[in-house]
Amino acid sequence: MIWQFDLIILVFLVITSLIALRVRDLMSAAMILGVYSFLMCLLWAEMGAVDVAFTEAAVGAGLSTVFLVATILRTTRRSSD
Amino acid sequence: MLDLIIAKFNYWVYIVLMMIGLYAMIAKNNYIKKLIGMTIFQTAIMLFYVSIGAKQGATIPIIDHHGDGGDHGEAAEAVGHAVETAAHAAGSLDPDAYVNPLPHVLMLTAIVVGVATLGVAMAVVQKIHDQYGSIEEDEVLKRIKL
Repeated sequence: MIWQFDLIILVFLVITSLIALRVRDLMSAAMILGVYSFLMCLLWAEMGAVDVAFTEAAVGAGLSTVFLVATILRTTRRSSD
Repeated sequence: MLDLIIAKFNYWVYIVLMMIGLYAMIAKNNYIKKLIGMTIFQTAIMLFYVSIGAKQGATIPIIDHHGDGGDHGEAAEAVGHAVETAAHAAGSLDPDAYVNPLPHVLMLTAIVVGVATLGVAMAVVQKIHDQYGSIEEDEVLKRIKL
């Protein structure tokens, strides 16, 4: 566990989560949530939880983003807030 | 005070992410935004659990066997040998050198449950869009009242 690396990733996590909730285009929100998930995966690999890291990379970042994009394409892309 | 903030920075960020997710689930009007908030909430709880198991200067929880590289000829003997070396290694194992793997296993389940929850929620959102023509909460509530 390298604390400098830890600190940088945690700061970026908070920033990406805020941006994902702030943007009005839902497709951009889905992509930024994918970035958030990959940062989380990086954090877990860094904290020694390698099994959780690759599950998060495959399921959290991959499959969740696909679900979100599929739903946005079938519904609407605009958000009011 | 500064020491408390820096040493427990994982826990501070976990609280912040959890509150961001909770805010999004309560205050956002769009259903997809609510679900993004739910995902952030779930990952915040996972961050808390994995942070419990992490230690300074510890490595990943995999025992490394040295030495038995060549003699994998007879399977039964190799298995017996592996068990013996594992039992031998367990006696001289330093638990402080490894990250605690128990929270990792719990969070592995939580990730899978999280993506299943998200999938069901997405299906419900698509049905709501078919029925009411909108995924904004206030418009859906207006159509329900009509």
